[in-house]
Amino acid sequence: MPGMKILLNNREEEFKADSMTVSSMLEIRKYTFRMRIVKINGELIPRGKYRSTVIHDGDNVQMLYLMSGG
Amino acid sequence: MIMIIIMIWRGFRKIFSINHLYLCSQILNNERMNLSDIGSHLKKFRVGIAGAGGLGSNCAALLARSGVGTLVIVDYDSVEKSNLSRQFYFSGQEGMMKTEALKENLVRLRPEIDVIIHSLLLDRKNISRIFSDCDVIVEALDSSEMKEMFIETVQSALKGIPLIAGSGIAGWGNNEILKSRKIDETLYVCGDETSEVTDDLPPLAPRVAIVAGLQANTVVDLLMKMK
Repeated sequence: MPGMKILLNNREEEFKADSMTVSSMLEIRKYTFRMRIVKINGELIPRGKYRSTVIHDGDNVQMLYLMSGG
Repeated sequence: MIMIIIMIWRGFRKIFSINHLYLCSQILNNERMNLSDIGSHLKKFRVGIAGAGGLGSNCAALLARSGVGTLVIVDYDSVEKSNLSRQFYFSGQEGMMKTEALKENLVRLRPEIDVIIHSLLLDRKNISRIFSDCDVIVEALDSSEMKEMFIETVQSALKGIPLIAGSGIAGWGNNEILKSRKIDETLYVCGDETSEVTDDLPPLAPRVAIVAGLQANTVVDLLMKMK
């Protein structure tokens, strides 16, 4: 059975693909807020690298949305 | 005899209640420091604050009162009358640069505090120069674009410095969804992470102050663990 399990904001989540980029994860999950921070295994992934960064099975992905207002 | 057993059992339960254990652990962590010991510990540190609006100005006031030695505050804006609804400024300060006005107010709270101000717009180039000497950094910017740019820059150019971001302060009520979340050792986020400030959902003073308080409390907690 192909697929992968990652830790997404401390919750185990399953995906059908064996690997995927940050961009494809955002598309699959239909994450819509515009501004966000993504970290994989503690490493910041800047917006410019969403398309080239691959998420692997077992990765710890942290995501946080940035809402206007300060 | 039964009464004595019940009394012992109740005492036992009280000692091992979660609250009590929590307080015990705090006392152990703090090595029984009193307010003056805590003040002399916090005096050694420097905290950077990006933005001096609702989050930044209130967070700065709390950190000044707590005894943090040096604050580095950055903002490009000036005080407007409408800011008085939720920001740490006073009538009569309209038109002043927020950095200048905030410094004035913080020094009135604690004359011995060192406040370093920069009246400029933050960008990818100046962030690391301005905040490189800070022990902890607070992100208190207004627009989500600026928040993303700031967090990305600090987390790549100033690796290792803990950053406390704010996200989701709009409206009123909804106490139960306001929270503080640790992403990892260098990134924390305070707020509800869902509410966006708009014309129909303005930030009201209580929620802004709660999130500023969550940020300041996280800063103090991190500084208390630093040598």
